Amino acid sequence: MATRYDRAITVFSPDGHLFQVEYAQEAVKKGSTAVGIRGKDIVVLGVEKKSVAKLQEERTVRKICALDEHVCMYIFFNLFMFVQPFDISRVECQSHRLTVEDPVTVEYITRYIATLKQRYTQSNGRRPFGISALIVGFDDDGTPRLYQTDPSGTYHAWKANAIGRSAKTVREFLEKNYTDEAIAGDNETIKLAIKALLEVVQSGGKNIELAVIRRNQPLKILEAKEIETLVAEIEKEKEEEAEKKKQKKST
Amino acid sequence: MEYLIGIQGPDFVLVAADNVAANSILQMKHDADKMFKLSEKILLLCVGEAGDTAQFAEYIQKNVQLYKMRNGYELSPSAAANFTRKNLADYLRSRTPYHVNLLLAGYDDTDGPGLYYMDYLSALAKAPFAAHGYGAFLTLSILDQHYRPDLTRDEAVDLLKKCIEELRKRFILNLPSFTVRVIDKEGIHDLETLTSGPK
Repeated sequence: MATRYDRAITVFSPDGHLFQVEYAQEAVKKGSTAVGIRGKDIVVLGVEKKSVAKLQEERTVRKICALDEHVCMYIFFNLFMFVQPFDISRVECQSHRLTVEDPVTVEYITRYIATLKQRYTQSNGRRPFGISALIVGFDDDGTPRLYQTDPSGTYHAWKANAIGRSAKTVREFLEKNYTDEAIAGDNETIKLAIKALLEVVQSGGKNIELAVIRRNQPLKILEAKEIETLVAEIEKEKEEEAEKKKQKKST
Repeated sequence: MEYLIGIQGPDFVLVAADNVAANSILQMKHDADKMFKLSEKILLLCVGEAGDTAQFAEYIQKNVQLYKMRNGYELSPSAAANFTRKNLADYLRSRTPYHVNLLLAGYDDTDGPGLYYMDYLSALAKAPFAAHGYGAFLTLSILDQHYRPDLTRDEAVDLLKKCIEELRKRFILNLPSFTVRVIDKEGIHDLETLTSGPK
């Protein structure tokens, strides 16, 4: 049944599916896991880094990019259309500043990217962007925001979310552990992101790429060393927790 | 009517612009800022046709920012000056030329300070000191006489004050105040607004 209705993007199947869009959503689920967390004064994007070939220059494999000084985006892309959304969004950020004299709100730029993606789900001859994006940043009034877009062109705001390969596991972890205390401070929020990724990633800071934006500060991509330090702290905290539990049991 | 001046030192550029925004015989604003921040270490001073100035300068400003977002680092002052010149030149032979006179001042971490003079015909020249407006006719000779390449910041400000004094004395129009800024390796700094008392 599906095979007759999935060739062209503009054809609905009898039971109401747009198969091309759903296939695009499947493509996205194959990507490396990424997590986004909205803290109080900080927003964090963490990505599982694919291992880089020995001779490859690591810094050219960046998937987290700044769109403007207060907004950044991570795109999972599988196929070749990834540069466009970044560049189009960057131009739109500056264009908005030029016409309106105000920086974009995170929601505006998310909506812009989502609209761009939606157009590709409704015209013939084009296939949908196989892209899901996590967009984080601060609005002009200082509110932190996290949005996720979908190949279908929809977008939603989240307090914390994950996309990619093991998104379900990570999301469950976040649902359990995203509490007010967990995001009380900048450091705690970053650690929560790392903890979430450590659930599914081979351990080690080498496999995690982390970007943070603090209110009124530009995007900062954490160095491998800083991540290692935080991972070591987390492991220590885990051990201390385990020790406490053991002691409780024995008494 | 409007006046711009720039003086380059060994490790800084001093720039000043008058603060009057006029419309025919009326002064609309006495605190107009004619300097546009292109990046952390580049200022664009822009005078000319009303409307063209902001339109052109803001367009250049946003494009310089876009470059920074796309490439992860800022345009150098000489690259920004040439980019501006190319844009102005392209518009010159279109149906909608911009009538603006510019001074671009910046600090490059490798090449040091730089001052670029650009006029509405898109002529670009790198110069140790430059000025725009009728005031330039009165003050360039003062700069010729007293400028030294190894000026300190205080000496440069004194030189600027001499120029403004000359304008107060001999320029038919009254330009009561001037915004003054300095660009060095730390970035752009505001200096005290210079006022020009009555004759």
